[in-house]
Amino acid sequence: MKSFEEILELLKSNFSGENDISSSKEGTEDIINVSPSLIKEVSKFLASTEGLEFDSLILLSGVDDENGEKVKQEDESIDITGGTLSVYYHIESVKLVHKLILKVSVERENPVTTSVSSVWGCANWHEREAFDMIGIIFNEHPDLKRILMPYDWEGGYPLRKDYRNPEFYNGMKVPY
Amino acid sequence: MGFLDKEFTQDNIVVTNLEALLNWARLSSIWQTTFGIACCAIEMMATSASHYDFDRFGVIPRPSPRQADVIIISGTVTFKMATRIKRIYEQMPEPKFVISMGSCSNCGGPYWEHGYHVLKGVDRVIPVDVYVPGCPPRPEALLEGLLKLQEKIRNESMIKSA
Repeated sequence: MKSFEEILELLKSNFSGENDISSSKEGTEDIINVSPSLIKEVSKFLASTEGLEFDSLILLSGVDDENGEKVKQEDESIDITGGTLSVYYHIESVKLVHKLILKVSVERENPVTTSVSSVWGCANWHEREAFDMIGIIFNEHPDLKRILMPYDWEGGYPLRKDYRNPEFYNGMKVPY
Repeated sequence: MGFLDKEFTQDNIVVTNLEALLNWARLSSIWQTTFGIACCAIEMMATSASHYDFDRFGVIPRPSPRQADVIIISGTVTFKMATRIKRIYEQMPEPKFVISMGSCSNCGGPYWEHGYHVLKGVDRVIPVDVYVPGCPPRPEALLEGLLKLQEKIRNESMIKSA
């Protein structure tokens, strides 16, 4: 079992970019921020290094950080430009009984990161959901298509904070 | 001189008109498509089970829409499902009837405002004969919905326009 500080030190000494690895505190949780270009390598490292052995991805969630510039529209809805979307990875070593939270932030206008489904198989569907709901694109994903909304849905990403319902889907009226 | 049915000496002859006979036959054996969507489907299954006994009204689940008379829309109709419901409905032979069961399929229910994935009422894709309110409706409510449908069928006419 390793503490958060020990894991952070290990990561920093193995991935030595300028802003690639950092830590922050959100609420009561310590979080390791990873740059999108490194997430796959960091995940591989965490999963396969002796003494870390993060063998389980508990959950992966996409988040709209809502930190861009907000413009209120005439119909009370908002438009957001700039800011970030984030992916949170809650991982655990069942064997060594320690847990960790990783966070990857990507630009709202270019939300591209790398898939970790080759490291943890269950990331496959989680990443599809994050793509479906928030619109984060995971490079190297084996099958990145919508998972909950219809495959031919063109109304956007429903859980973005500036989402607006389309008027129609396949001839069916969408709003109440 | 009594009524016409008293004129016959054998007692196994019934006199009626064709319309009443056809309607009686139809309303007494309404087969439902075996089709459930969400939590309302649990209540629908309870209605089919021995305690409430849908079968005493001639309702039995038929696992093929091509041989069913009624489809009970029992749950939240998502856009994904709406496409399929329309297709199942189109596979049913005439005369066919639709019971919309519960708030979701009536009007979107709790998803009416923020349900980006929910069709706000199944009547936007197929015509509905009877709406059963409730969330979910109790079996008694569904039974009453069925009785309403039977009433509707009983009053149908081949020559008068509805």
